[in-house]
Amino acid sequence: MNININGKQVEVEGVKNIFDVVNKRALAPEKIVVEHNHCIISREDWHKVALRENDNLEIVSFVGGG
Amino acid sequence: MSDHLNIGGKAIINRLFIGTGKYADYAVMERALKEARIEVATVALRRVDISASGENILDYIPKDIIIMPNTSGARTADEAIRMARLARAGGLTNWIKIEVIQDNKYLLPDNLETVKATEVLAKEGFVVLPYMSPDLSMARRLVDAGASAIMPLGSPIGSNRGVKTRELVEILVREIRVPVIVDAGLGSPSDACECMEMGCAAVLVNTAIAVAEDPVGMAKAFASAVWAGRLAYVSGLPASSAKANASSPLTGFLRDDVNKSA
Repeated sequence: MNININGKQVEVEGVKNIFDVVNKRALAPEKIVVEHNHCIISREDWHKVALRENDNLEIVSFVGGG
Repeated sequence: MSDHLNIGGKAIINRLFIGTGKYADYAVMERALKEARIEVATVALRRVDISASGENILDYIPKDIIIMPNTSGARTADEAIRMARLARAGGLTNWIKIEVIQDNKYLLPDNLETVKATEVLAKEGFVVLPYMSPDLSMARRLVDAGASAIMPLGSPIGSNRGVKTRELVEILVREIRVPVIVDAGLGSPSDACECMEMGCAAVLVNTAIAVAEDPVGMAKAFASAVWAGRLAYVSGLPASSAKANASSPLTGFLRDDVNKSA
């Protein structure tokens, strides 16, 4: 299945939902925020949102800034 | 002296707010935050580089610091609103520094889009601190829209040119009832002190501290200057005059010519 993560098309295997994506990439859940097709999905709902072909995910975190 | 700055239900003692960009490494930034006893720090929001496992800035910001994410990168109110909602979903803070900029040369903010974003986000319960070009009408609109403070620029971001907007910021300090926080362009502790002596509620400094040879020492220098300026303001600065006013008595001189009539 192909999905767009942070503006790039990525082929993902064995991934059903947002939790799987985060888990597979070893991202620290408490330090990121995920938007699925422009809707913010809270951490506790990551496993509930099933991913489909061409879905858009934005995964963001805080960095240094003024 | 009890002299707290109250914003969004928080009582803040240290009126030096710090931006966390441009530090050579996060460990130095952490020391600067701790040693200058910083209470409010800004961060930016960006896409995670999913191919790299980098350090996370949150591991270097003491837990008791108020984190104020900015919307840097936003070119419109809608983009700023989206970023603010993402930042709040991180679960750490409901403060937001609105920054809407289309101009890449001077990084001057778009006041109109900033008002629009402030209105929406304040209604959603954010503590909104908009970065703005110092303009009285726009400042009033921002307050009406629900801004908890306003943050006029001193000079362009990262320029270290000081308070070039002084006259306009002074008008805001006199006329606007929410805290006025000078943000951007402050290049030295004396610039920060000048803002505080003018009656600004706080200052926000990033570049001048982060790129100093010793950022920890510079953070402490800025904190001292902010404290000195604040104390001078609340103590009531005396009026200036063009002519001299002697500090020593003008009688009892050890000279015959001026004392002969006494």
